[in-house]
Amino acid sequence: MSPAIRFAPLALLLVFIIALIWRLATPVDTNVPSKLEGKPVPTFDLPAAIPTKGALSTSDLATGRPHLVNIFASWCVPCIGEVKVLQDLKARGVVVEGIAVRDRPEDIAEFLARNGDPYERIGSDAQSRVQIALGSSGVPESFIVDGTGIIRYQHIGPIGAADVPMILRKVEQAR
Amino acid sequence: MRRAIIILALIAAQPLLADSNLPPAYWANRQLPDPAQEAKAQALMEELRCLVCQGQSIADSDAELAGDMRDLVRRRIAAGENPPAIRAWLVQRYGTWISYKPTGEPAAWPLWLAPIALLLVGAFLIRRRIRLKARD
Repeated sequence: MSPAIRFAPLALLLVFIIALIWRLATPVDTNVPSKLEGKPVPTFDLPAAIPTKGALSTSDLATGRPHLVNIFASWCVPCIGEVKVLQDLKARGVVVEGIAVRDRPEDIAEFLARNGDPYERIGSDAQSRVQIALGSSGVPESFIVDGTGIIRYQHIGPIGAADVPMILRKVEQAR
Repeated sequence: MRRAIIILALIAAQPLLADSNLPPAYWANRQLPDPAQEAKAQALMEELRCLVCQGQSIADSDAELAGDMRDLVRRRIAAGENPPAIRAWLVQRYGTWISYKPTGEPAAWPLWLAPIALLLVGAFLIRRRIRLKARD
């Protein structure tokens, strides 16, 4: 047996170990981005999530001005921190719409009373149907929809204070 | 002691807070009355990937979103839609990521070629063996 063949298993083992270390050091991105960026918002018509606010449907989005559609839930912990940032965005002129996933009116009302309320309208998506139709895979997620109803940007995870300038720029671009 | 156990149990139950208070969707854990339709739905659900527990199919996953997706699959099949159309609808939204069924796209070529390559390597090794033996 030539030395090259004799050491082949050891070399393979080393390659394998290096591959494992590399994957541990740079983990896979587990986010699943929606393929609907650049495409029209799917047609939907959600009932109002709380009696004091309007319902949300596709026709509320294609109104000539951009909207930020925030998918949230009262049972979602990162959503609590995001509300403050959404309020900041609202103060800077961004229209924020809500889709409450698998939620109850009393829980949403309590969530808004406790954490703040940036939403124009909130639609209730009790069986995640609109969430799935949008290609969203969790809460919170946000979509920037332009005035003609085209999805321009999807944000996976909570919008942090550091993301505000970027979001404002994207909303400006969608105008 | 008892208090400690209760506190430990409460800590262990923390993931419950990450779920909603709503019951599962109607068709999430219920079979369709028509066995043929249910079989179609089951076969499709086993090939759709859960967005939450990303190694599991929606048939296996206990995640709420997987339940809602099972509801979606069964509802559409009961309405007469065929499985490839439902899969295509989901792929349109989440990409081929959502489907476990291998496609013909270039990224999947190694998957199709690997068995052939392995067979060829095996044939080569066996040939060498036979030749070496014949020489002895």
